[in-house]
Amino acid sequence: MSLIQVKNITKIFGPTPQKVLPLVKNGMGKEQLLAETGHTLGLHEVSLNIEKGEIFVIMGLSGSGKSTLIRHFNRLIDPTDGQILVDDQDVISLSIKELESFRRKRMSMVFQRFGLLPHRTVLQNVAYGLEIQGIPADQRHEKAEEWIDAVGLTGFSHQYPSQLSGGMQQRVGLARALATDADILLMDEAFSALDPLIRSQMQDQLVELQEKLQKTIVFITHDLDEALRIGDKIAILKDGVLSQVGTPADILTNPADDYVTDFVRDVNRARVLTVETVMQPPELRITHDNMEKALSEMRKRGEDYCYVVENEEYRGVVTKDELVEEIAKPGNTPSLFDYADSGETLEPDSTLEQALPATLEADYPVPVVNEDGHLEGVLCPIEVGTVLTPPDDEADEATIDQRKECDTAKDMPKAS
Amino acid sequence: MDFVLFPDFGRAIRNTTNQFVDFLVINFGDSFEAFSNFILFFLVKLERVLRAADPIIILLLIGALAYASSRKWALSIAMMAAMWFIGTLGLWQQAMQTIAIMLIAVLISIILGIPTGVAAARSDRFRSFINPVLDLMQTIPAFVYLIPAAMLFGLGKMPAILATVIYAAPPLVRLTDLGIREVDGEVVEASRAFGATRWQILRGVQIPLALPAIMQGINQTMMMALAMVVIASMIGARGVGETVLLGLQRNDSGQGLIGGIAIVILAIMFDRITQAAGQRMQAHRKVRS
Repeated sequence: MSLIQVKNITKIFGPTPQKVLPLVKNGMGKEQLLAETGHTLGLHEVSLNIEKGEIFVIMGLSGSGKSTLIRHFNRLIDPTDGQILVDDQDVISLSIKELESFRRKRMSMVFQRFGLLPHRTVLQNVAYGLEIQGIPADQRHEKAEEWIDAVGLTGFSHQYPSQLSGGMQQRVGLARALATDADILLMDEAFSALDPLIRSQMQDQLVELQEKLQKTIVFITHDLDEALRIGDKIAILKDGVLSQVGTPADILTNPADDYVTDFVRDVNRARVLTVETVMQPPELRITHDNMEKALSEMRKRGEDYCYVVENEEYRGVVTKDELVEEIAKPGNTPSLFDYADSGETLEPDSTLEQALPATLEADYPVPVVNEDGHLEGVLCPIEVGTVLTPPDDEADEATIDQRKECDTAKDMPKAS
Repeated sequence: MDFVLFPDFGRAIRNTTNQFVDFLVINFGDSFEAFSNFILFFLVKLERVLRAADPIIILLLIGALAYASSRKWALSIAMMAAMWFIGTLGLWQQAMQTIAIMLIAVLISIILGIPTGVAAARSDRFRSFINPVLDLMQTIPAFVYLIPAAMLFGLGKMPAILATVIYAAPPLVRLTDLGIREVDGEVVEASRAFGATRWQILRGVQIPLALPAIMQGINQTMMMALAMVVIASMIGARGVGETVLLGLQRNDSGQGLIGGIAIVILAIMFDRITQAAGQRMQAHRKVRS
């Protein structure tokens, strides 16, 4: 069961939203609704499932309804229709008292323009959530100091927000949100107001903190690079309607519609996609140590190289030519396990950018080996080239050609 | 029946108003008197303390107040000199009476004005109701409500306080309303997102951030209260206003002028002290690095 379930949330802005709701349910579009009734359709039947412990990014351009959507999670905005369940509890049906307690305990929020209290020091700002809960001053200040240290603002406790740079102010905002120990963190364009260098520092810091804290984070952004960089899952919102929900790799490799396609065109794919998402199963695995047998298998299958695996553990790669040469030598042929050259390998979670040099240098698809030493797949340079090409209608045929080339590329070692 | 262009509404309004005032005097006279006595109790106490105190102590007190609000010795000394000058005009006792009546009127204005301003900031409907009322309070000539006030409370200080509050409270209401509405929406939203109750948001965020505007309102209220002292003296409130009034009645321009000078000095004094206090309250807005 997902931690947060958003079920068919519709939000209509205007004087009498409930009256025009049936029109929307009968399929009236955004423009028609605005023209005929003067109501704005903010969100239209948005449904999401957010799992515990993931960073869920909601991405869209301005006016797509993303900030409206995130404000439904803690009911800063009430929906016109639909349900939001957190741990199977319906947030929409909470009374004011219950809602206040829900906001104190379960969800905290970080804002685009920080939302800090300008008349309070950093310490008092970070302690604000705890103060609201009625925790005594000495306890809340002690806790606030811990979080000020955690976000790297040690020594700034007694400064006012106006004395800090934008990036530091947002760290205060982050510390304030973390200090309440709420398990769900809502971040509304939290890094959008920061300059690019500071933004990527903050992204790294967030990912780092998340590894320790394992919160559930709902992150709003208009920046696809940011979404791809920190998101475990990404939802793309357009004009109040969900276009696509998926992992970063899904979004990049299988954009659901033209809108998403447009979005992903300019992304630096090499930095986002991991080896895991592109690798192929190896053509030929040899799991015994007999060289002659291996050679005959290779001849039978028409392969020029094979990957040697001993008891699930990757040993290395051997080419047909090497084997022929080795068997021809006088004396006993050595064990294939000892002979195989482990050479260059890749890790499944490294990015294509990191994997690219090794892939281009090798004469054969580079083996991908995980932490436990298991062979997970191989990375073929042509395959990498294919996924790095942005999706384009005209490029479709070219892609097919490239796929064919990947097969022929396997003959390359023989030629060299 | 002939067509009448101007039906006689005037008589109707006049008679109804008079009957209503009579009705109030007859039926609620005691309540008004009790209320009046309650306010007068504080006023008389304050006035007695101010008039009985050694002028040196009052001068030092003003100096200390000016220093506390501005942290500037120059202002402190200038304020003491100004007050001393009122003494040299021979108007010390009258000035004490005026200060007492003005402080009570401003205090009542604050007690009524700030909550009204908060309510106006919260509800557009209440605001659209209160706005014309405030316009009326500021524009209707003071004598119009002094007549019924004198009937209800009798001549003297109480109707003077009432007139001063009616005239001086509106800017405080308006500036409180404006100040709270201008508080950064995202800060208020952040406060809500952390589960703050409406009272916690008001006390912890909206009032503190609106404080510069509210202080401006209190300053304006004081200035307008001082503008009322001459009118207040006409219904028997005494003080420096009476000096001006006597000058008018005796055709004594000189006496009118020294009364006027005393009022201006008091106005400058209250203005500078409250302005300085207001500025120090927004110290957090300046980057001190």
